[in-house]
Amino acid sequence: MNPAPAAGAVLPERQHKPDTVQLMLYNAALWNGHRIHFDLPYATEIEGYPALVLAGPMLGDWLHQVVDEWLGDAGVITSIAYSNRGATYVGDTLTATAVITAYDAETGEVMLDVSILNEQGDAVAPGTVGVRLHRGAR
Amino acid sequence: MTSLISEQLLANVGRQSRPQREIVTRRDIRKYAVATGSRQQKYLDGDVAPPMFHVPLFWDVVALDQLSPDGVSIDTLLPKFPLERAMAGGLDIQYLKPIHPGDWLTAVRTLTAIYEKAGRSGPLIFYEVEMEIRDDQGDLVLREKTTRILR
Repeated sequence: MNPAPAAGAVLPERQHKPDTVQLMLYNAALWNGHRIHFDLPYATEIEGYPALVLAGPMLGDWLHQVVDEWLGDAGVITSIAYSNRGATYVGDTLTATAVITAYDAETGEVMLDVSILNEQGDAVAPGTVGVRLHRGAR
Repeated sequence: MTSLISEQLLANVGRQSRPQREIVTRRDIRKYAVATGSRQQKYLDGDVAPPMFHVPLFWDVVALDQLSPDGVSIDTLLPKFPLERAMAGGLDIQYLKPIHPGDWLTAVRTLTAIYEKAGRSGPLIFYEVEMEIRDDQGDLVLREKTTRILR
């Protein structure tokens, strides 16, 4: 694991720039037929959005990924709590961030603050993640 | 403050969905991993499900004529609320057991809370739905609480 687990350690960020194809495949995997995610005239003319709207839980998945990529096979994610604070759109560049807030070497429990930031730096999906490191990785 | 939440509405708290039982397949894991931009081979190969795989696994599958005009399936667990515009919501998930191809999982959803708070531009209604997912041994695999806000 790089960085090593310690309170204050900042994990590598990851940028996401989902296009229409990725958004379509995501909603197809869910079986989500909500028009705001694939019907551009509907999203803009009827609902008044500037572009196709990204699905909220996809941002939630990225909160897991930024931690999971750091973790590899050294442990497991045990919990997450997050909220979607604002709409995001196809064309946006979003950045997943994570910082360790607590580490207990005895139990292997790690707590992290995570977030998805939009291009203005607003936290559009802030949250916390809990991790448990396997014995050999503590 | 006069409450938007009637006794009748509150009587819906505790309401439970019928158990939904689904099988986990390697193909469905792979599709989800690709669609979310995963870079981890174990998920892209479908050897194990990534976190949040329960979202596609238990998304409602309903007939076309049961979708609203904007393409959304109506959640039959929910009563009719006096406020209708959904705002941002939150998720709280605990992961207790890994999920693999071939696992049969059963989800039960319960409406666990309805409450009101004063917002900046008027009253807000909050509701919470808890989902418990168990495997065929009866072990709890995952617990999720969704909080939604209506204005």
